[in-house]
Amino acid sequence: MRGPLPFILIGLATLCLAFGSYYGLFVAPPERYMGDVQRIMYIHVPTAWAAMLAFVWASVCAVMFLLRGTWLWDARLEAAIEVGVVLGLTLCLQGAIWARPTWGVWWDWDPRLTTTAVLLVAFAGIIILRQVVDDPAKRATWSSVATVIAAVDVPIVYFSVTWWNSLHQIQSTPDTVATAFHLPLRMNAVGVLLLMVGLMIARTRHAQLRLQRELADPVPNQIPTATIAAGGTE
Amino acid sequence: MQLLAAVRKDVLLQWRLRSRSLAVFVFGATVLLLFSFAVGPNAGALRQHATGFLWLAVLLSSTLTLADTFQSEMEQRALEGLLLLPASSAALYYAKALVNWLQLSIFGLSLLPFMVMLYDVPLPRVPALVGIILLGAAGLSAPGTLYAALTAQAKGRHTLLPLLLFPLVVPVLLGSVRASALLIDGDPMEQVTSWATLLASFDLIYWSLCGLLFERVVED
Repeated sequence: MRGPLPFILIGLATLCLAFGSYYGLFVAPPERYMGDVQRIMYIHVPTAWAAMLAFVWASVCAVMFLLRGTWLWDARLEAAIEVGVVLGLTLCLQGAIWARPTWGVWWDWDPRLTTTAVLLVAFAGIIILRQVVDDPAKRATWSSVATVIAAVDVPIVYFSVTWWNSLHQIQSTPDTVATAFHLPLRMNAVGVLLLMVGLMIARTRHAQLRLQRELADPVPNQIPTATIAAGGTE
Repeated sequence: MQLLAAVRKDVLLQWRLRSRSLAVFVFGATVLLLFSFAVGPNAGALRQHATGFLWLAVLLSSTLTLADTFQSEMEQRALEGLLLLPASSAALYYAKALVNWLQLSIFGLSLLPFMVMLYDVPLPRVPALVGIILLGAAGLSAPGTLYAALTAQAKGRHTLLPLLLFPLVVPVLLGSVRASALLIDGDPMEQVTSWATLLASFDLIYWSLCGLLFERVVED
């Protein structure tokens, strides 16, 4: 459970983000209509991808825990939810900073924005659920159940809000933006991805250490709890 | 048979606790009254948002009934006793969910006259509106009952339940409010059917999913 992997990943991420942001801020040409405001895209779009990935990974972890019941998946779920919520919050903040000069409002009730907000609140609720339940087995099962239920809700929320109201830009991908914007976008995408993975690995280890302490018997015994927390069966 | 027995038990329980349901109803009516103070005496604005207020009142008061769903089962570890019976836990869940559905529907329907009276709303298509209330109540009760089972075993269930339930039922709230508003204000584009379909799909998905997941929530 030790090793320099998360530090290496976070270091690489910093390099990628530094290069991508430098290129995006100073080298790439400004966008024709939005001007310099558009440069936030180089970090906003990668954050959105990473946040989405984190939540998908969280649902995978939840399903895997419900099927397998191993502690490793619980630790991974905890890491995925927390990193996802941090990324989601950052995403909403960046979006507000961009929307104010572009749309004239901080917030808009467009489907993608609203779905992100609902998702964020739902997962924040699961983090709080994890905080108040002391029994590790119940905490793991309940948060997995809540994650599955929230994940199923995402497409329904998106769909219903689309009917209700719709103004977002179409998604920016290397296909929808000019070639000059590709390099910083890709650089930052790799950077945010590495950062996310690095943080998740570090957070998973932390969760495993806590599980080890929680599962340990008050009296020293023969069962090596480190193996259990690392993914062995209970 | 298992389901029937469980429903009978839960209906009986609720009937014996009817004073509590009355309290929740009074709470809902009070919420409707309070919305008028928040928006001001502007009759037009009140009428325009009447369905939104109605559904918020239902949603806010539903947490009160839902949070107490498993209260009697928590006393003297009755839930463990029930789970030891040779009955499936799904029957337990569906009985609770059905009774909650019934309760929330009655609750929504009884708030309708208050909405009409306070906000001066016309009711041209009552049967369709009843249908929307039934669909919306079903959407609240399925995940609500599951989360009630979960939060009843945790600390601070009255805070935790709305925290988990509210983000989840955004589509139900949206669908019910839009459909009811269309039924009241007129529906030139025939959009009510699509909203009703959305509600029905939500109900279908969550009534099946929560029934499957319930066993994991109550297992020891």
